[in-house]
Amino acid sequence: MSKDTGFDRALVTQAIKDSFVKLNPKILWRNPVMFVVEVTAVLTTYFAIKDIVGGQSSWFDVQIALWLWITVLFANFAEAVAEGRGKAQADALRKTRSETIAKKLVGGKTEDVSAALLRKGDIVLVETGDFIPGDGEVIEGIASVDESAITGESAPVIRESGGDRSAVTGGTRVLSDWIKVKITANPGETFLDRMIALVEGAKRQKTPNEIALTILLIGLTIIFLLAVVTLEPFAIYSGAIVGIPVLAALLVCLIPTTIGGLLSAIGIAGMDRLLKRNVLAMSGRAVEAAGDVGVLLLDKTGTITLGNRMATEFVPAPGVSPEQLADAAQLSSLADETPEGRSIVIFAKEKFNLRERDITALGATFVPFSAQTRMSGVDLQGREIRKGAMDTIEKYLREKGGEMAPEVKAAIEKIAKQGGTPLVVAEGDQALGVIYLKDVVKGGIKERFSELRRMGIETIMITGDNPLTAAAIAAEAGVDDFLAEATPEQKLKLIREYQAKGQLVAMTGDGTNDAPALAQSDVGVAMNSGTQAAKEAGNMVDLDSNPTKLIEIVEIGKQLLMTRGSLTTFSIANDVAKYFAIIPAMFMVTYPQLGALNIMGLSTPQSAILSAVIFNALIIIALVPLALRGVKYRPLGANVILRRNLLVYGLGGLIAPFIGIKLIDVILTVLHLS
Amino acid sequence: MTSNDLMQLGFYLIVLILLAIPLGRYMAKVLQGEKTFFDGVMGPLERLIYRICGIDAGQEMNWKQYGLAFLVFNLFGLVTLFILQLVQGRLPLNPQGFAGVNWNLAFNTAVSFTTNTNWQAYGGESTMSYLTQMVGLTVHNFFSPAVGVAVLVAFIRGLISRQGKSLGNFWVDTTRVVLWILLPLSLIFALVLVSQGVIQNLAPYLTVHTLQGASQTIAMGPVASQEAIKMLGTNGGGFMNVNSAHPFENPTPFTNLLEMLAILLIPVAQVFAFGHMVKDKKQGRVIFGAALVMLVLMLGICYGSEIAGNPQIAKIGISTSSVMEGKEVRFGVVNSALWATVTSATSNGSVNAMHDSFTPLGGMVPMLNIMLGEVIFGGVGVGLKGLLIFVILTVFIVGLMVGRTPEYLGKKVEGFEMKMAVLAVLLPSAAILLGSGLASVIAWGTSSIANPGPHGLSEILYAFASCAGNNGSAFGGLSANTQFYNVALGITMLVGRTAIIVPTLAIAGSMASKKIAPVTAGTFETTSVLFSGLLVSVILIVGALTFFPALALGPIVEHLSMWAGKAF
Repeated sequence: MSKDTGFDRALVTQAIKDSFVKLNPKILWRNPVMFVVEVTAVLTTYFAIKDIVGGQSSWFDVQIALWLWITVLFANFAEAVAEGRGKAQADALRKTRSETIAKKLVGGKTEDVSAALLRKGDIVLVETGDFIPGDGEVIEGIASVDESAITGESAPVIRESGGDRSAVTGGTRVLSDWIKVKITANPGETFLDRMIALVEGAKRQKTPNEIALTILLIGLTIIFLLAVVTLEPFAIYSGAIVGIPVLAALLVCLIPTTIGGLLSAIGIAGMDRLLKRNVLAMSGRAVEAAGDVGVLLLDKTGTITLGNRMATEFVPAPGVSPEQLADAAQLSSLADETPEGRSIVIFAKEKFNLRERDITALGATFVPFSAQTRMSGVDLQGREIRKGAMDTIEKYLREKGGEMAPEVKAAIEKIAKQGGTPLVVAEGDQALGVIYLKDVVKGGIKERFSELRRMGIETIMITGDNPLTAAAIAAEAGVDDFLAEATPEQKLKLIREYQAKGQLVAMTGDGTNDAPALAQSDVGVAMNSGTQAAKEAGNMVDLDSNPTKLIEIVEIGKQLLMTRGSLTTFSIANDVAKYFAIIPAMFMVTYPQLGALNIMGLSTPQSAILSAVIFNALIIIALVPLALRGVKYRPLGANVILRRNLLVYGLGGLIAPFIGIKLIDVILTVLHLS
Repeated sequence: MTSNDLMQLGFYLIVLILLAIPLGRYMAKVLQGEKTFFDGVMGPLERLIYRICGIDAGQEMNWKQYGLAFLVFNLFGLVTLFILQLVQGRLPLNPQGFAGVNWNLAFNTAVSFTTNTNWQAYGGESTMSYLTQMVGLTVHNFFSPAVGVAVLVAFIRGLISRQGKSLGNFWVDTTRVVLWILLPLSLIFALVLVSQGVIQNLAPYLTVHTLQGASQTIAMGPVASQEAIKMLGTNGGGFMNVNSAHPFENPTPFTNLLEMLAILLIPVAQVFAFGHMVKDKKQGRVIFGAALVMLVLMLGICYGSEIAGNPQIAKIGISTSSVMEGKEVRFGVVNSALWATVTSATSNGSVNAMHDSFTPLGGMVPMLNIMLGEVIFGGVGVGLKGLLIFVILTVFIVGLMVGRTPEYLGKKVEGFEMKMAVLAVLLPSAAILLGSGLASVIAWGTSSIANPGPHGLSEILYAFASCAGNNGSAFGGLSANTQFYNVALGITMLVGRTAIIVPTLAIAGSMASKKIAPVTAGTFETTSVLFSGLLVSVILIVGALTFFPALALGPIVEHLSMWAGKAF
């Protein structure tokens, strides 16, 4: 795939071909503005040919006709390029699947069938080395799966029946063991298929805002059609003769061809940007809703915090030096492979320069964490070091005849209050001190949230932690609010409350118990690693299973709407200059006084009209890159964004055609084309 | 521009605003059913009316019921007024013994007065009996603005309702507007007018002998009572043919000022009332600002053009270049320009000078004001509705640029609203363009023209614009009392009226059921000065560009020709 703004040759060639295919009125009908241009082009061509056959060949009429056709082709090209890029993206994802042979289970025996023939409810066996033939749910077995084809993440993931890791995606590969998968989507209805439908112009369902905008564009087209059509009787009254090509030129210049030609491309490009970030949207509506979102519900783990608690401080008991505590803590954690354990080892090394030691060389035995003891630790040359939660260690000390010092208890309490997790280290009958395990907030997340706030978006942290811990992390991360000890019911209730206040709510989720909340939310992003139920309930799936992406999705939604609005404004503002080019030119013969309106000083009436038409066509192709890339997005408040975009697209739209038309006029005059 | 003129204009605007602000607050109270000063008198009267008419005041109407009530009421008014004119010859209060009006003029006039247009294809004092003037025309002068305010209130209720359906009760709204707002105001105003010399009698016309020995008929009649509501209700249909240029309608400079204030009083006040009703006065002020800017802009063009006048007159050397032909010498250029601007900015349509005699650009201003859709404050009730339609269009076009789907007052503007808003803008424009397009190429149309060339086109354009905009002022020159124009303009008036009211009610119905999104930093702000500017731009670009080709062939070319030394 080429870069964001790039066009590769094959893509462009295909797009040019498609531009001609799209001239078919049956296809073009979907774009009413361009359809009108095409009808106008046909009419003009007819009259131009008639004149040539009649012996009074008019080079001017032919040029007008030609440029009208080019206008339609440019608009078609814009759509075709956007489509091509979206399809290329989707095809890369789809390729693996179609060629797969599935082992379908029929009456206890497997039967080889093409993956494309699998229906919803079919059960297939997938063994080591096989590709998973379609989206589905694991109903039996456990396997490690390579999902790099869709996520780009090389580490394999575990998929097993039951629980929250049961969903598998077509096109991924089983690396070891086997699973039985129940197919959950018919061919053509998988997430990927639905996404592909969103980037295919001909089949694409217009989004609600796009429909509303199209209605406006149709309205403007009809108004200008009336203005131009009634110009004929006015001209007759005034004793002026206005040819069809000139009226056609005026009409095409006035109707909003720029936005009409680019609207579809803007929509497709928006979907494409999502796809690039490995997000599959079920509907265009969801993407638009993302732009409107006022509240983000964010899971603490993975989105706001790194997900693992890390050691950040050693608080020794009275009479114990920090090094002593660190040493004991490190020893007890050497064989502990949990992220917390690793963080203790590393923290001791960083803080006190205690090198990692080889546990076998020390002749130590590791005591792993068990549900019964709820402690872990190490036995080493008669020393017995344990670490665990306060109540467990207290019980352990009491059995040994010891007691926990009140200072240690105070330290534990303090850590808990700050939202941390205290882990007590004990040796023999003595508590050595406490390790402060902290939920580490991701770097840069606070700035991200304040950006969101500037955009008028509230962030709510959702966590299973107790309110104390939650409050501490919420304060550190800078979220607007939090929901502690959250249950699925509470989440649902919270979403409903915000919606009742008129807010649109976005959230991410992966578990089956997230499904109701995902379904209730306006933008529900299910993690690809999540359950099938979650994916069905949401309206987007993130293939990378990265909850932070919710923020990017909101940005993409906003950018899509901004691009649409900016180009609409630009298109309408353009009309002013075109009037000043065409109206004086039309009636120059009858009323030479109208030359006073020719403020651009265009050389002849013909070149004035031609220049306006050419500008009108060229501006479409000139804006294709912008339509595909989207207008520059900045996380700012609505007022700032508005002022900036107005200046560029509103004022720019007013001025640009004056300059453009004049330039074209000069070129035409030099080339003697008019 | 003389400083005296400037002071007069400034004084007018300041007094207008000072009167409109408290009236706006009062209107909001009345429309929301709050307690007011007049409750003691009007309350029993209101209940009596409901009892007689069998109105259930508690009934809540959805937009379709409201719209139906509006249509039924107007159809009833139209038919009765039509019949009254046909048979006036056989009815009392007809001292001049006027015969029944012919069917096409009766149709035209009936439509004209029920739609608040008050286009007059007839001369009042030479066609209509006192009974027709009082029972027919003056009654509609009350009802047509009252209906306008009623549908406006319904629209506002739709904007502020939280997921509801009801837009209120058409009968109650109309009755309350008449009793609490229009009656008291016109009563006071009529008395003031009488004190200044406006006549109010039912006497037969006077025949007097002039000093030269010729005899002259002087029309009489109940003028003051009709004059008051004619100005206040943006009706504009004069008792006399020459309207407010007639000394019995507008005797003194003071009445001239008062009448000009009355034209804009309710249209401006309703914008402030809107602010009160949506519980955000800034929303009202922003719309006020936008309309004021356009008013001043148009006034400037009109006044400037009239002062600059016609260079050819100056060349002859008979006077300064300023054109006084067609203007009342009592009022002069500035008050003629001001009147022409405000009467066309609102859908009033009364005149104190003949627009036909204005300079081309000066005459284009009233025409353009009307073509924009009567949104420079506009008519009573419907003017603000038209403005709000443009607000919705502005929010839609520009609002997207902040990265959210468009919303106004927290309510999403979606496909249905767009469809209706487009219809409301499209249909009147279509009526103007198609109507005048047709009239300019058929003999029925062109035979009524008084002047050839671009000026004749202006006459036709103005007539259709005036009717589609429910303004009712005439450019003059065009002989409009023909079968063709009576019917064509009658239909145009109907389109102009219903095309605004029905789609806006539909929008109200759809908006009423929506949620209200809270305002955040991400919300497109509709209370800023910038928004006022955007609103003006959208109105000018969408409204004016539609008519630019037609205007270029009419007044613009005439203007350019005039300065080049050619008159039509």
